[in-house]
Amino acid sequence: MSLPTQDVPPPLPPAITDRPVLEADGVVKRFAGVTALDDIRFRLRPGESHALMGENGAGKSTLIKVLTGVYQPDEGELRFAGAPVRFAQPLDAQRAGVSTIYQEVNLIPLMSVAQNIYLGREPRRLGLIDYRRMNADARDLLSTYGIRVDPARALRSLALGVQQMVALARAVSINARVVIMDEPTSSLEAKEVETLFRVIGLLREQGIAILYVSHRMDEIYRVCERVTVLRDGRVVHVGDLDELPRRELVSLMLGRTVERSGGQTAFADEGHTTAAPPVLVATDLSRRHQIQDISIDIRPGEVVGLGGLLGAGRSETLKAMAGVMQLDRGSVQVEGKTVRPGSVPAAIRAGIVMLPEDRKSEGIVPELSVRDNIVLAALPRLSRAGFSSKRNQDAVVDVFMRRLRIKASSPDQAVSELSGGNQQKVMIARWLAMSPKVLLLDEPTRGIDVGAKAEVQALIDELAAEGLAIVLVSSEVEEVVEGAGRMVVLRDGRVETELTGDEVDEAHYLAAIAGETPHQPGAAPDEEQGETP
Amino acid sequence: MSVIEPEAGPVTTAQVTRERALGVVQSYGAAIVLVLLVAIASVSFPTFFTVGNLSNILTQSSFILIISIGMTFVILTGGIDLSVGSMFALGGVLAAQGSAFGLAGALLLPLLVGIAVGAVQGALVAWGGMAPFIVTLAGLLAIRGVALQITGAGSTTPIIRDELTRALGQGGIGNVRWPAIIALVLLGIGVVLLTRTRLGQGVLAVGGSESASTLMGLRVGRVKFSVYVLSGAMAALAGALSAAYASSGVPTVGVGLELTAISAVVIGGTLLSGGKGSLIGTLAGVLLLTVIQNVINQVGNLSSSVQAVVSGAFLAVVVVIQTVLSRQQRL
Amino acid sequence: MSTVTIALPRRGSALRFAQRYGVYGALVLIFGYNLVFTANFFTLANFRTQFVQVIPVLIVALGMALVIGTEGIDLSVGASMAMAAAVLPLYLGYGFFPAAIVALVAVAMIGVINGTLVAAVGVQPIVATLALMVAGRGLALVVSGDQSKTVLDPVLLELSRGSIGGVLPYTVLLGAVLVGIIAVLVNLTTFGKQLVAIGGNRRAAELAGLPVRRILLLVYIVSALLAGIAGLVGVARLSASVPSTLGNLIELSAITAVVVGGTPLAGGRVKIAGTVAGALLLQFISATLIKNNVPDAISQIVQAAIIVVAVFIQRSRQVTR
Repeated sequence: MSLPTQDVPPPLPPAITDRPVLEADGVVKRFAGVTALDDIRFRLRPGESHALMGENGAGKSTLIKVLTGVYQPDEGELRFAGAPVRFAQPLDAQRAGVSTIYQEVNLIPLMSVAQNIYLGREPRRLGLIDYRRMNADARDLLSTYGIRVDPARALRSLALGVQQMVALARAVSINARVVIMDEPTSSLEAKEVETLFRVIGLLREQGIAILYVSHRMDEIYRVCERVTVLRDGRVVHVGDLDELPRRELVSLMLGRTVERSGGQTAFADEGHTTAAPPVLVATDLSRRHQIQDISIDIRPGEVVGLGGLLGAGRSETLKAMAGVMQLDRGSVQVEGKTVRPGSVPAAIRAGIVMLPEDRKSEGIVPELSVRDNIVLAALPRLSRAGFSSKRNQDAVVDVFMRRLRIKASSPDQAVSELSGGNQQKVMIARWLAMSPKVLLLDEPTRGIDVGAKAEVQALIDELAAEGLAIVLVSSEVEEVVEGAGRMVVLRDGRVETELTGDEVDEAHYLAAIAGETPHQPGAAPDEEQGETP
Repeated sequence: MSVIEPEAGPVTTAQVTRERALGVVQSYGAAIVLVLLVAIASVSFPTFFTVGNLSNILTQSSFILIISIGMTFVILTGGIDLSVGSMFALGGVLAAQGSAFGLAGALLLPLLVGIAVGAVQGALVAWGGMAPFIVTLAGLLAIRGVALQITGAGSTTPIIRDELTRALGQGGIGNVRWPAIIALVLLGIGVVLLTRTRLGQGVLAVGGSESASTLMGLRVGRVKFSVYVLSGAMAALAGALSAAYASSGVPTVGVGLELTAISAVVIGGTLLSGGKGSLIGTLAGVLLLTVIQNVINQVGNLSSSVQAVVSGAFLAVVVVIQTVLSRQQRL
Repeated sequence: MSTVTIALPRRGSALRFAQRYGVYGALVLIFGYNLVFTANFFTLANFRTQFVQVIPVLIVALGMALVIGTEGIDLSVGASMAMAAAVLPLYLGYGFFPAAIVALVAVAMIGVINGTLVAAVGVQPIVATLALMVAGRGLALVVSGDQSKTVLDPVLLELSRGSIGGVLPYTVLLGAVLVGIIAVLVNLTTFGKQLVAIGGNRRAAELAGLPVRRILLLVYIVSALLAGIAGLVGVARLSASVPSTLGNLIELSAITAVVVGGTPLAGGRVKIAGTVAGALLLQFISATLIKNNVPDAISQIVQAAIIVVAVFIQRSRQVTR
């Protein structure tokens, strides 16, 4: 996002009574010349629970990796309990007292609870591991968090919530003074989340500082007292959470204020909507821990924006429709015919194609040429008796390379040598070559340069005008708001609201993301506009 | 404060039952089949359950068992060592040459070379970022080449003349020969090493999840390096004992022994992807393979290649169960 | 941060060159060496001998190249050769070609089992094919009754000894035809493109709707069939079916030829010309060593060194990408 940074970080609260336990001072981190973190100033006080917020690419995970010794800062310094420190590897940070709980439980599933807690520092007697003591210690340790499990049980036989508690117990028992939690609740049940929160309370009473990273607003406001907001690698806000309304927090994260006008993207002014009957009808798409009862319909010639914060279930919904994800419940129909669920070939045959979010690992085949990448899906259609016809391929490749203005020295150039933007166009070409009915786009302009971005946006408009039904997911507010004619906003895996007509603007969208809209679609939160700075 | 009781993992009861059943097959299948086979064989063939035959089975098993102990550690880290068959041969040749300096030479020379070769392979795997399969495949060729070269392409077979060394291979306590006793002692040491030391825990952890092990602060490279050194040493020692048993070091023995060892380890319930398994299972796997061979010999008119079919099929079945199980665990 | 893609600078181009064309350079070097130092090397007879000898490894390597292209491996090729050799004599009473077809059908079953284990069950290729390597040869021995048999079928003998115009032996012709077929399969058919795509990025291939399982199954069947043909060639050369030793360790030579020829073990690319060159390189190196009275043992060590170096170079490619 290229925005004038009109919101300067406010000064740190003056009255810091305790000395910070962990500090980052002017930390800069660059990757191959690209600045990922810029002059980060960050303080964590003993016993506080501090939220770290930011959208994709804001630099959250980079900052966590710097704090835990996975990366080393290029400039600036870290201080632990006031003294400058240098964490050359994760082990150093752990030894100093900075422990991390990851989103996915990062333990050894096949080993027992006690073995996991004490791995690498097992209690020994006469040089041999003393299992009796280890199990007893583990039992005692876990019971202080109100967890009663047999410590000799294999970790993987326990519910994820309990596994997360074991990870926490391990982290804390290494004399932790800081515990960093990276989306700790993403795979937990509601009841397990409660336990986690209670444990966080206990830890804070012991003076342990918590750095809490989550996209779930409700959790942040429940567990944390202060927040640091990152955007584009910079700290844009530090302050108490109870002084920060949700919508303002969302605005800070997205870097959007409602005063901004349109015209930032290459999309035509008016969104696309039509009155034709829907080409795709998705009903009650559900998958444990990911999405719940999501129903969407899409008409030909329409661009539907699928909105929400990261982790709200946007990509998962696309994957459900494209047959990539198995469903617990729900169905997808194309032109009235039910598509076999959980099958990519079936979805493609029905005319649903998806541009995946992660171009590198799920999209391109790097070793293959531009030509082969474009025709990958369409190959059987372009072949005669199993022999790939170069003439048929060339016709298709030629059309799309020209239409999408793919810049390659020739169709035979390896796709890995192209720029990100051109790789993305190759991916779009692959799907257009299938003459789809529904095009699902997951972050189509991520990681590509400004010029290519505008071209892709203009192309989306053009395709919709030709009658293609398009679903657009984008973390960039202006892109999704200006590109979509209608928006479905997700929150915590459910449909929060639907925005149509004039409601498709940033004010309504931000309000919906923050969960401040009444749940009936169409109720405009006009009166709230005034509050926004 | 409320208390959390252990809850079932994210699977249904039916799944749990099925998974448990498969798990039993995987962990104890070899032992169960072994007991059944021994029972049937004892009833069917009067010559089977005799002191002589059982002692024979034990001796035959001991060399493979020693190799399989090392192999179990390697496989537990998620690796593989294809070079053990060649190392076995080289160990025998070196033992014969070292026996010129008595028993100490006959044991130390092969052990040191085994450790050195294991260290080279281990370093390439642990820090060179190369696939264990390729590194040890090259080892398989090169080590055999060295063994052949030392003996003039097998034209000479070094004979063991040292009495003490020969006694180590051929003597014993009662009907149990020294190689079998040594193998069982090594098994005991291996069990302690695996289950009661930090290195053993590290081996299980690295095989269970390399990335989690790194994040938990384990020195993954060192663990991997250690298991290849151990495997090299064990294969060389097995070769030395086998040479002592046969009174000579033949450079062409042990072809395909790596397959037998891998089969025994996997049949014994150790996951090929690493992280779970036991040396007692490996013992059952080794004995099972030897007993199958023995029984086939007893039957007389059966081709001994049936043994390969049976063990190959058994291996396939165990691996399919493992794969199905681990896939369910991922869900 | 992770979303920023940066065009890689074109460094390590010498390395890349070595990865792609090193095998041809090495082949030229070995020819050059022999031209200067080895007497009677550049004679038609010598070349014919070398080409005839390399054919079984070459044919097996063709199938191996396909399997490796999908990021797999096939250790059971030696067993497939043994199986073909074991079955052939049993049906020679019906004539050579019917017997050969029955033998190849039997061998195809090994491929079906390999492919099913890998594609449908999801067993790692190295393990699945290891099981078949053990069981397959055992089965071959059971089928043959643990016996080697002299095979004196006139068609087979003619195929093994005969040649076109006294210049081009039939076996070399067979090898050339198979190279041609596989090259066409890889470069000109849908199947070839799809198998390379699976090896290059399996996830992307699945998301593009490719029939990944079916293709993997077919690849293992093709590999087994080619090994079976190599087994028949082996029987023809020996005029005997020796299932106990035929094709022992051939998987190592085949893998080496494929990797030396520029097909990365990580899949995603299949170099048929490189595989041919790789097989020839191994053949000429061992011939050169033999002609210079270097013991077999040393040539084994040389082959090991070639494997490690070739894989190390290929590995660097992954790192620099």
